[in-house]
Amino acid sequence: MKLELSRVVQGGCRLGVLKGLGRSGQHSLEVPGCLLYTRCGTVPHLTQDTLHTLTNLPSVTQLTLSTIAEHQEVLEDFKDGFRKFAGLHDTVLYCSLHDPVTPCPAGHITNKTVSVWGSGGRIELTVAKFMALQRTVRPDWYQSMADGETWQSNTSRKRVRKSVDRTLAHLDECLLVHHKTQELQGVAVFGVVEGGDILEERVRSAKETAKRPVAGFCLDGLQTGSMDQALRIQLIAAVTKELPEGKPRLLQGVGRPDEVLACVEAGVDLFESFFPFQVTERGCALCFNFDITPDPERAVLEADEERDTAGETHENGELNLDDQMTSFEINLKDKRYQDDFRPLVEGCGCYCCRNHQRAYLHHLLVTNELLAGVLLMLHNTAHYLAFFGALREALAQDTLDLLKKKVLKEKCGQTKSKE
Amino acid sequence: ESGLPSPGSPWLLSPLTLRIVAECPVTKARACDLVLPHCTVNTPVFMPVGTQGTLKGITVDQLESLGCQICLGNTYHLGMRPGPELIEKANGLHGFMKWKNNLLTDSGGFQMVSLVELSEVTEEGVKFKSPYDGKEILLSPEKSISIQNSLGSDIMMQLDDVVSSTVTGPRVEEAMHRSIRWLDRCIAANKNPDKQNLFAIIQGGLNAELRKICLEEMTQRDVPGFAIGGLSGGEEKDDFWRMVTLSTDHLPREKPRYLMGVGYAVDLVVCVALGCDMFDCVFPTRTARFGSALVPWGSLQVKQKQYAKDFQPIDPDCQCPTCKRHSRAYLHALFKTDTAAMHHVTVHNIAYQLTLMRSVRQSIVEGRFPEFIRTFMKRMFPSSEQYPGWAVDALASVNITLD
Repeated sequence: MKLELSRVVQGGCRLGVLKGLGRSGQHSLEVPGCLLYTRCGTVPHLTQDTLHTLTNLPSVTQLTLSTIAEHQEVLEDFKDGFRKFAGLHDTVLYCSLHDPVTPCPAGHITNKTVSVWGSGGRIELTVAKFMALQRTVRPDWYQSMADGETWQSNTSRKRVRKSVDRTLAHLDECLLVHHKTQELQGVAVFGVVEGGDILEERVRSAKETAKRPVAGFCLDGLQTGSMDQALRIQLIAAVTKELPEGKPRLLQGVGRPDEVLACVEAGVDLFESFFPFQVTERGCALCFNFDITPDPERAVLEADEERDTAGETHENGELNLDDQMTSFEINLKDKRYQDDFRPLVEGCGCYCCRNHQRAYLHHLLVTNELLAGVLLMLHNTAHYLAFFGALREALAQDTLDLLKKKVLKEKCGQTKSKE
Repeated sequence: ESGLPSPGSPWLLSPLTLRIVAECPVTKARACDLVLPHCTVNTPVFMPVGTQGTLKGITVDQLESLGCQICLGNTYHLGMRPGPELIEKANGLHGFMKWKNNLLTDSGGFQMVSLVELSEVTEEGVKFKSPYDGKEILLSPEKSISIQNSLGSDIMMQLDDVVSSTVTGPRVEEAMHRSIRWLDRCIAANKNPDKQNLFAIIQGGLNAELRKICLEEMTQRDVPGFAIGGLSGGEEKDDFWRMVTLSTDHLPREKPRYLMGVGYAVDLVVCVALGCDMFDCVFPTRTARFGSALVPWGSLQVKQKQYAKDFQPIDPDCQCPTCKRHSRAYLHALFKTDTAAMHHVTVHNIAYQLTLMRSVRQSIVEGRFPEFIRTFMKRMFPSSEQYPGWAVDALASVNITLD
């Protein structure tokens, strides 16, 4: 794994390509970018046929132990790794610990263990079991075991310190086992930076983790809902200062477009792409505008659309944001879409927008039809990936400020219709 | 895409033409090309059911890739939500769901009786309370056809007076006669006879005499096709097949025969032998969502523990996208996590049904349908002792002996 940066803004955002990914080293991933979020190797709602109607998919697929750990025995019998088991071809596999969408119940972490929750309940992981899982899953890249349970708003300093210590201990143990494991040779390991909301602990975690021979860094315990956006940025900036420039930084649990922009400016390279899934699950479609190409004709057009009722975005300690609609989306269950025969987003090239209309999506949602999830997942993924594309382009063209203005100021429903 | 001019209106092209490609010399089976406005349908054909303007979890592209030439939409459901006016605005059901091939809509009659409480049948139509807003609604023949005209389906079904096949007595006769009267009203109400085909539905329950009267009457009407209704509702299979074969004996050769609500593989094969061309059933797609995969030797409950470590595809011989890429073990695991598991099995089950019918058709065209039936039965049942009695009898009635 090698990060080639083409642009670095002073103490902030980076633009580049992460190369040498996968066993053959043939794959690469542009940064800032996102991984392809899956549950048990499947992008939610999508079969490979429907998934591949999307172009420009990220070359890296994210698996989580939350959705895989319970299948350890099956995988051990299978003997050929998760990629083959899931019928995934030609993609880089990154294995993380927790599913970013389903928060874990607190209070189950010990000095030696963390837990994940599968369909059958809690599965306790020691480093030994964690590494046995990695050996049988055979990812191309994984994060080391970590204690990130610092998101509750009244986490004590002592608890935060413990999370940093434990995570470092787990990392050291993981690396020891890694080097002894035949099946994991050539596989990249990311260290995990913890530290809750305490600046000194964040810095300590970053400094110490950076001393270890890891390929890059996960920033944990900063997920949406765990703290104020401002504090998050402050902490990330302090952390990235301590991390080597040449190694990638993956931020877990953050996906909202406004948060992504702010975190990129603080030095984050990679994100998980679970946000489109959350939007899909609440029956919404991403429609925020990120097009900043100058078009004098469009500047003249008036927006006649009504303002959508966008939800308030909450922060501060509320972790379960499933139903929190953001200003980046429209709620297709709303009656106003009943006879709206436009595509979800004009000009979007995804399968859903090429073939279907808001009225149809509205009908599918009102009648609880499974196809709604399929079509929305396709569109929301496409829109989100295109946003990252626009972000990279803005960094390349030095127009990030314009992009921020566009994405942050405009609420969905005020998009000017194209000619 | 339409065929010969329809009788009585020589300047209008008929929206349905049946070309008989081959007839089995042993049984009553036929292989036909059914030319409809959106494309030609090869029969015998199984039509998947897409109740609410979608085939549960499958995109129209996926459905088309599987070779589906015709599928069903449901007048009752779509008439309630989103309603005929909206669908008309969307350029009919084809435009609304973006389906390029043919659509068949049922009348809504069956749902009236099976889904809705306190529905009351009068000569006017079926009165019931809408489950969505409690309002009283009357579904008359005229209303049903009006909705179907708005949906723009290639084949519409008459509103029939539906009576469960387990009911006996005067109600059956009353319903049969009323269905004839309602057929006439449906024919009169059809605004688009040049684009939309109206099929009659033969009723009469399990009473041979009533069926014959119905057949006698309905075949006098100028409709492009006939459905055999009032069966596949829980009656004894021994009675079922006798009514099917009686009906095909009295239906015109040159018009398609649609047996409603039949979809189990054995039933399909036998009823093709008895002379039916078209079939529909929710079973294959519904059972998929419960993890039940259809295979030539029965079915596989992929969610069962025994498949957790079974690394074969559902059917090693199946060419569907699911079987080409995924194993039973993976699907077993995925069922615990994501809806896509259902979609994988739905795709497979549709592929299974369509492939079965294609094989049936091919064997009729090549003059080896009897052999096909024997091979099919051998594969489906571990031993000939397990062949269902009714199937043996039904096949014997068309000169097929199973060893």
